[in-house]
Amino acid sequence: MSQPLLAVNQLTMRFGGLTAVDAVSFDVHREHITAVIGPNGAGKTTAFNCITGFYKPTEGQIVLTHADDRQFELEQMEDFRISQTAKVARTFQNIRLFGGMTVLENLMIAQHNHLMKASLYTLAGIFNMPSYQRAQKAAKEKAQFWMDRIGITDRADDPAAALPYGDQRRLEIARAMCTDPVLLCLDEPAAGLNPRESEELNALLRSIRDTNNVGVLLIEHDMSVVMEISDHVIVLDYGRKISDGTATQVRNDPAVIKAYLGVVED
Amino acid sequence: MSSQLPTLPALLPMLKRSAIATIIAFFLFLPTLGIKTAASGGVDGLFLQYRWSGLAIACGLIFVARMAMEIFGKKQDGTSKPAAAPSALVRFFGSAKIAKTVGPVLLVFAIVFPFLPFSDRYILDLGILIITYVMLGWGLQIVVGLAGLLDLGYVAFYAVGAYSYALLSIHFGFGFWMCLPLAGLLAATWGVILGFPVLRLRGDYLAIVTLAFGEIIRVVLLNWRGFTGGSNGLSSIPRPSFFGLPFNQEPGGFAATFGLEYSSMQRIVFLYFLILALAIFTFFVTGRLRRLPIGRAWEALREDEIACRSLGINTVNTKLSAFAIGAMFGGFAGSFFAAKQAFVSPESFNFMESATILAIVVLGGMSSQLGVVFSAIAMVGGVELLRQLQFLKVIFGPDFDPSQLRLLLFGLAMVLMMLWRPRGLVSTRTPTVFLKDEKTVSAAMISQGRG
Repeated sequence: MSQPLLAVNQLTMRFGGLTAVDAVSFDVHREHITAVIGPNGAGKTTAFNCITGFYKPTEGQIVLTHADDRQFELEQMEDFRISQTAKVARTFQNIRLFGGMTVLENLMIAQHNHLMKASLYTLAGIFNMPSYQRAQKAAKEKAQFWMDRIGITDRADDPAAALPYGDQRRLEIARAMCTDPVLLCLDEPAAGLNPRESEELNALLRSIRDTNNVGVLLIEHDMSVVMEISDHVIVLDYGRKISDGTATQVRNDPAVIKAYLGVVED
Repeated sequence: MSSQLPTLPALLPMLKRSAIATIIAFFLFLPTLGIKTAASGGVDGLFLQYRWSGLAIACGLIFVARMAMEIFGKKQDGTSKPAAAPSALVRFFGSAKIAKTVGPVLLVFAIVFPFLPFSDRYILDLGILIITYVMLGWGLQIVVGLAGLLDLGYVAFYAVGAYSYALLSIHFGFGFWMCLPLAGLLAATWGVILGFPVLRLRGDYLAIVTLAFGEIIRVVLLNWRGFTGGSNGLSSIPRPSFFGLPFNQEPGGFAATFGLEYSSMQRIVFLYFLILALAIFTFFVTGRLRRLPIGRAWEALREDEIACRSLGINTVNTKLSAFAIGAMFGGFAGSFFAAKQAFVSPESFNFMESATILAIVVLGGMSSQLGVVFSAIAMVGGVELLRQLQFLKVIFGPDFDPSQLRLLLFGLAMVLMMLWRPRGLVSTRTPTVFLKDEKTVSAAMISQGRG
């Protein structure tokens, strides 16, 4: 493994006097599921927002390397370009689907940039040229593929807001995958899911990792998810990285136990 | 529905609520109905005239109406009735199938309209006016309905289009068909110019800035006398011709060429079909745009801007394109307006126009093209209808002018709409793409946009 997919180096984010993320460095590898865990307020979501461009980090570098060795310095890119050109997709802690639009439309919007080019920035689309029709059909097939994969094809024409919570979570992941990412960032994908739905989520994430050549970075509180599927766990506390390793290593790390459970004073 | 009259203990709280409503009504009506300033004709100038009887009648009516509502109304427990109980009318407008049949029927009616026996010059002028507003409504629908950006200054683009045609045809002798795309292009440019500063604004702030923009354009037109003629406006704008044949009595005119007897109606009918063609063009283009990636991105922007950015959609370009394309149709309509009137002045582009167009879009439903047609007919045609109610003079006396009630009825219609159809006549949304069957999305799911 020459270059990690994502290399975060000395990432620091300050909000005024508050240092939410303090000189955090870690790597995310291809075809690995990397979990970021930590108590509430540890800076997980802030680090996440820096990687996906929703915050501009105060200091540090975030370098993404594609399989063809093209490199992107994410900390200098606008948020939509991070998804468009660097191919980093994300989901949100509080689901952000386009509620009034159907499941299929949600998955079509994720292919916006591709379809915009195919429609020659609307010109070919207005006249419904064959090239655009083909692209539209291909986009629909891709959406269909992902709907089949998460098992909501029969609800394709229903508004996203009408889906049950678990389906909404998985639809958001499917929508992110429709952008053809190399790195998929999930912000608490298991939040609010029942045990059976968590199981399904685990299976989905594993299959995404194994079949789509995607690195997965996730923030999670649900330890059953983290311990079961993560290849690599990073623990943050008060904005600092306190542990980094496999699930077993992290679980037995005294620093992690201290952060989560406190330590007995003697 | 209780048909039995309530007992006395139940009646008391109703009386109390009715009394409160009456007191509120008293204070509301006091300055509007109760007091009137009148000119004495003498040296004292104005004096106050008290109309206690009118005030008493109004308050009495409110009390009786409120009591009737309390006794016969359904909601005895104070909870409002559920909004989701679509009436037959709503289901009628809402269903996609009906929309597909009503549309062509309306189109055929619009085409044969000038040849119907009752279509005189006045009726045709009204038809032209309504279709102009339908076109403006469809243009604004892109910005407000699809992209969810509240634009209170849409009339500015109408003005840009009108003055573009006027100035280009007066100074350079350009014909209508040459000016039309140029006017659209100029309006779109101004749409982008407006779009840039308001990119970061949402909601109320966006509304205020667009409102100001509309006024800026009007004030510039009013004060740049050398260029726009100031408040005198620009007159003797060349009228559009029928493929080079002017509508006049000359030998080379339209009537002479086709061996017809000259009539001033020919020009009106031509203008009618001109605006109808422009409106149909607008209908197809906006309808098509909505189903393209760009249109879907506009709607996604309305639903959730942050999610759009996370999916790699350039929200800046998407917003600007919504402003530009919406403005372009305003420019087309403005160009037609100038050609029809042969005269433009800043008075035609005041805030009332923006408000009317916005009201048409809001009443029609944010994403229904058919709804805009109905609301334009109601808003523009309805106001004209008031002028026709002269027979009411028999009842209310010769001083009664029904067209003065225009704004009162307008407000009443708005209040009723907000009560019964808060999301417009056609509040459902038709998906832009579907897999198996096209179901409409109910209004409760659709976000209204925050900017």
